[in-house]
Amino acid sequence: MNPENYLVLAAILFAIGTVGFMVRRNALIAFMSVELMLNATNLALVTFSRINGNIDGQIASFFVMIVAAAEIVVGLAIIVSIFRTRRSASVDDANLLKF
Amino acid sequence: MSGFTAPALEYGHLAPLIFVFLAGTFGVGVEATVPRRFRPTAQLVLVAIGLIGALITTIGNWVGALAQPDTGFFIGVEGSLAFDGPTYFIWATLIVLGALSILMFGERQLGGGATPFTPQAASLPGTPAEREATALKLEHTEVYPLAMFSLTGMMIFPAAADMLTLFVSLEIMSLPLYLLAGLARRRRLLSQEAALKYFMLGSFSSAFFVMGMALIYGYAGSFDLGIVAEAITQGAGSYSLVVGGIGLMAVGTLFKVGAVPFHNWTPDVYQGSPTVVTGFMASCVKIAAFGALLRLFFVAFGGARWDWQPFMAVIAVLTMFVGAIIGIVQDDVKRMLAYSSIAHAGFILTALVGAAQGEAIMGMTSVSSALFYLAVYGLTTVGAFAIITMVRNEGGEVTRLSAWAGIGRRNPGIAGIFALFLLSFAGIPLTSGFIGKLAVFGAAWQGGFGWLVVVAVLASLVAAFFYLRVIVVMFFSDAGDEEDGVEVVMPSWRTTLTIAVALVTTVGLGVLPNLLLPAASMAAEFLR
Repeated sequence: MNPENYLVLAAILFAIGTVGFMVRRNALIAFMSVELMLNATNLALVTFSRINGNIDGQIASFFVMIVAAAEIVVGLAIIVSIFRTRRSASVDDANLLKF
Repeated sequence: MSGFTAPALEYGHLAPLIFVFLAGTFGVGVEATVPRRFRPTAQLVLVAIGLIGALITTIGNWVGALAQPDTGFFIGVEGSLAFDGPTYFIWATLIVLGALSILMFGERQLGGGATPFTPQAASLPGTPAEREATALKLEHTEVYPLAMFSLTGMMIFPAAADMLTLFVSLEIMSLPLYLLAGLARRRRLLSQEAALKYFMLGSFSSAFFVMGMALIYGYAGSFDLGIVAEAITQGAGSYSLVVGGIGLMAVGTLFKVGAVPFHNWTPDVYQGSPTVVTGFMASCVKIAAFGALLRLFFVAFGGARWDWQPFMAVIAVLTMFVGAIIGIVQDDVKRMLAYSSIAHAGFILTALVGAAQGEAIMGMTSVSSALFYLAVYGLTTVGAFAIITMVRNEGGEVTRLSAWAGIGRRNPGIAGIFALFLLSFAGIPLTSGFIGKLAVFGAAWQGGFGWLVVVAVLASLVAAFFYLRVIVVMFFSDAGDEEDGVEVVMPSWRTTLTIAVALVTTVGLGVLPNLLLPAASMAAEFLR
């Protein structure tokens, strides 16, 4: 099977994540969209690793996963604290700071 | 089947990173073991040991490397970190600025015996739990390890010689900052909102960065910046991967430096975060991110320069003007300084666009002029935010510009120092900001972007207007009904020391720039 198909899939997932982040108002869903983008990147890294014939990309995808996990820890702490304060996780409600 | 070979690590050259990182790690240990009332002192001692050790080893390594011009600068740690002139200059600057900012974390005199951080982040704002935590004088001394971890990331980020290290250090730098942004003692809703916005947009931009990294890896077959540069120069394969990769990685790094159109987080985060953290972000993050941006574009993407220079020129122009023009209408001092930092990012980008290699004005290349600008801008910024922490009423800091009316008459000394910092931001001669602007504009001019220099000078004129407006408000307008008991509170030695250092360097480097220029011109070229 042509490995470029996986690149197309990665691009589609990345685009879904980008659109999801910009469209969805719930902070958790928006955050899940970012995770989708990171996982699309992992797919691209592994595919390029196969195309290039070395394992650097596969190793990098582990790093991306670990960084994503660390990001979740910090992100959920922030989202939970703001949810407890406001009883809402909508990013539209967080609007005290504006131009 | 060969076994693993142990990596050869240059511990002597890694020592500055190890000092800073261990100070953070032991700081976590202090949280777990030391009784609460000793923790602030213990943390401060750890931070001091870590930063002084890091500064001494950095300077020692730099001097040692300069003594051996052929072999002193090298790419070490299995190709992950470049120990070259810019790295050492950035490390020394980051350590000094980090020390000045972290010193203010423990300022208690301004807040009536309380630090600028929330007593207990887990207690909800306005609840009995929060009042109880305040009454018990609880403190989050975790802010010190968080800041040290962030500083570790900031030091690795501009030194990284492969894209994977670049990405990981970007996150090490950012994740603690997201948390620090949400820990303000006063106006906690604003602070939490700033943390949320910073986190959401930061993780969004780093997703773009890592996708760009994947595309460049797909093109070059390696994460190493040197191999990427070779592959781009040879130009085999699908060039669209390179263009896409450069674009996406530019999004990630331009977000961190706060360039238009990726600047939207800056005003909100600068305004909502605790002011001491804002000072830390505004000075240190900008230096680290610009260091990495310059290395990435000059070393890895140098061969594709004709493709990115026009786009970067457009971004530089947009950044300068959006920062300068929207800054004019701001009525909050912290927010105004945020737009000012956007405008300054634009001025520094002109040096990147110029990509000047050889002898420009004062013998500065693009890299050394940008680094000099960042160092003097960072020092002035730390001082300016330190003064903002001193203007208070009973509810805490007052950042509304209208409430600052007339403080120049009541406290001419403090207002005069603030005015001097603003004049340095505006680039008035005899301040360090003027020399910085001269250097970066010289680099852009020498790179053949004369029109950009003209535009940049116009933008600095516009920006000068809003700095002068603050000076006029402070000195020449009457304090109206909005005074609200605003007064300038005298701080302890911590904030005083920070302001003193910022004042001395702002004036000193303006009058005698040769104290720092030779160091910057020793950091003229990245190692390839």
